[in-house]
Amino acid sequence: MSRVADIVTTCEELYEDLEFSACRAWKEEAPGRHAIGYLPMWVPREIIHAAGMLPVGILGGGDKLEIIRGDAFFQSYICHLPRSVIELVLKGNLDFLDGCLFPSICDIVRNLSGMWQLLRPDTYVRYVDVPQNFEPDRGGRFFRTELRKLIDDLGGIAGRPVTDDALKHSIELYDENRRLIRELYDRRSAVPWLVPTSEVYLVQRAGMVLPVEAHNDLVREYLAAAEMDDRPERDNSRVVVSGAFCEQPPLDLIRTLERAGCYVVDDDFMLVNRWFAQDVARPGDPVDALVTAFLEQGIANPARYEPHAGTKGQDLIECVRRRDADGIIFAAPSFCDPALLERPMLQKAVEAAGIPSTAFKYSENTGQLQPIREQAGTFSDSVKLWSSV
Amino acid sequence: MTAPSVHKEPSMARQKEMISQHFKKLTTAHESGKKVVYTFVPGNLTELMLSFDCLPVHPEINALQSGMRKKSAGYIAEAERHGHSEDVCTYVKCDIGMLKKGNIGPTGEHIPPPDLLLLSYTGCFTFMKWFELLREEYDCPVAMLHVPYQGDGEITDDMREYVIRQLREDVIPKFEEVTGQAFDIDRLKDLLASSARAEDDLVTVLESAKHRPSPIDAYFGGVYYIGPIFTAFRGTREAEAYYRELREEVQERMRVGAGPITPEGPLEKERFRLVVEGPPNWTHFREFWRMFHEEGAVVVASTYTKVGGVYDRGFRHDPDRPFETLAEYCLGCYTNLNLPTRTDMISKYVEDYSADGFLINSIKSCNSFSAGQLLILREVEERTGIPGAFVETDLVDPRYFSASNVKNRLESYFQMLAQKQVQAS
Repeated sequence: MSRVADIVTTCEELYEDLEFSACRAWKEEAPGRHAIGYLPMWVPREIIHAAGMLPVGILGGGDKLEIIRGDAFFQSYICHLPRSVIELVLKGNLDFLDGCLFPSICDIVRNLSGMWQLLRPDTYVRYVDVPQNFEPDRGGRFFRTELRKLIDDLGGIAGRPVTDDALKHSIELYDENRRLIRELYDRRSAVPWLVPTSEVYLVQRAGMVLPVEAHNDLVREYLAAAEMDDRPERDNSRVVVSGAFCEQPPLDLIRTLERAGCYVVDDDFMLVNRWFAQDVARPGDPVDALVTAFLEQGIANPARYEPHAGTKGQDLIECVRRRDADGIIFAAPSFCDPALLERPMLQKAVEAAGIPSTAFKYSENTGQLQPIREQAGTFSDSVKLWSSV
Repeated sequence: MTAPSVHKEPSMARQKEMISQHFKKLTTAHESGKKVVYTFVPGNLTELMLSFDCLPVHPEINALQSGMRKKSAGYIAEAERHGHSEDVCTYVKCDIGMLKKGNIGPTGEHIPPPDLLLLSYTGCFTFMKWFELLREEYDCPVAMLHVPYQGDGEITDDMREYVIRQLREDVIPKFEEVTGQAFDIDRLKDLLASSARAEDDLVTVLESAKHRPSPIDAYFGGVYYIGPIFTAFRGTREAEAYYRELREEVQERMRVGAGPITPEGPLEKERFRLVVEGPPNWTHFREFWRMFHEEGAVVVASTYTKVGGVYDRGFRHDPDRPFETLAEYCLGCYTNLNLPTRTDMISKYVEDYSADGFLINSIKSCNSFSAGQLLILREVEERTGIPGAFVETDLVDPRYFSASNVKNRLESYFQMLAQKQVQAS
């Protein structure tokens, strides 16, 4: 087995392990360790890390989890992610978590924070309310107090305060992680046959459960190993996937897109890994560094208010140009308000820019992939044959 | 054959006239030099808007009116033709569809385009996307007010300060820019004082339902009672007069032991007292109400009537703290409360209003309300020992109102409540 295959196999085992064995093992390695979960899309993992804790990405149960009790908590018209999260909670799969952070992304994740408060009163719950006003003396000031509160809370759980030095160190580690993920994305775009999206996805997913230090090593190792592999280039189209930032598509769906003849050259999976386009670290107060990065560098996404008219979709168009993509696949989870309310605006913008697109919905346990394969395949063929982008 | 007459409370005539006059003013707004501001009900800044002589338009009110007038299905279809997903909020699609079809409002008059979109992002994520969508259609500025969520069930000093700073630095300057008028804090204070007087009367009306029999229906009737104070009239003398008249009507009914007025006439016998969580369905509003009053079921408290302000928990607009009070109002609206607080509130309603049961009308369109309601149901049942019921409908999409299903569920539920009453006696 090649080194790449080894790494990918390890990542896939982590991805499929709904018992979170790696996180449990990390906690058991030393007494007094804590793990803090977080929901999509973004939380300041640097603060969790600086408190000596393990940040654990909670992205639902995927297509391997049978939902038995979770469905009893949600109506049929609510997306799939929260029901599998509740299933995991009720089955005890997340009982190793000492707390969970719920970022401000939509009303479902917001209300899930309250459900967690009611169902797991023994754990720490924090709704991470990120500012939608990006002025330093309004949104910035508010966010600073929110982050300080989180720092104090986690310091209290850890039994020792979170120091500025510790936070600076954590920011540097996560800056390194973001640099590596950017490099991973750049390599995929340059040689997608050597760095396929199904592998990029798994390597990223590993970062949801591994300590950042270990994940940095893993990404470096994968990047080096992927260059050594000998895999043929195919006559595929180059597409950007948009809308899959929260509830994740099953891995087989990503593989289906590849089998349908699409090289996915950019996407919005697990945006927490790529939230900032530049390094966060700067001289001075590390909390200010996080606040400033959030206000000035936060990537455009449907949960972030766009204060300027006429700019909706421009980041996506720029991404298509930068990645030399042939088109866009809008892939959104069913009943996902942020993605589906955003989509008409994005479609209008990309259409005006002459970029072809197609759209479908999925859920994390979508099993019927043939229609998606046919749709993606037809789209891929058509953009390759007829597009003048 | 003539249509059956609809019974109405006298104060409803006053409210109808107020709304009619408001839409007339909107129609001629630009000729009269008035600025039109689109905004939302939860976290609305009506007093501030009125202090700048602006005329508010509430897209979700237009949508619900379209639902009641059986126009929403066409508007929603129009929006879906323009690429809007069948999965998302039907208020948004109804509004977009109405806009695409000429923006003819509920009174049949053209609603003028906005001079300002006042995005009070309170308690509902969809609001933000809604006005981003409207901004694509209109060439006008947006004033954004981000209201933090009560994730820990409390309003902190930092949250209040954040909202106040936005009011001072972003929202008020935008109003000054759009209207050309300077901010007049004394005028704002006068309006806030008027609001508080009307709010006192509204709370008296809502709390009259503690009486047996209840003189009001606090859900179906309640949506009329909250109309003026949740929309364009809070802070006005008309609103004060309306709530004074309404209070007197209700107190008189209470004095003589009369029940609520339904569209089919006064309710003769109160059999079941209910607490209801969630917005009503608007496309079949009267039919939905009939399913209750035909069984003698009266709603004695509801959460929907708190989306534009939770006055019965003590909040009043305070003219002596104008900025603080606006911030606290926005932060305190019902859908900005976390799930444990909502659960506490419903449980308390069940006890305070001596309810026999409580019902959740779960709305497909409204994740802000709906996500977590099944857990609320369990928690309230456990805490109060009162059985709950759960039905699913939608706001304004008639495809999601199945009358037979809803009626079957309600009939079964009322039979169960009747059985419990027999056992108890």
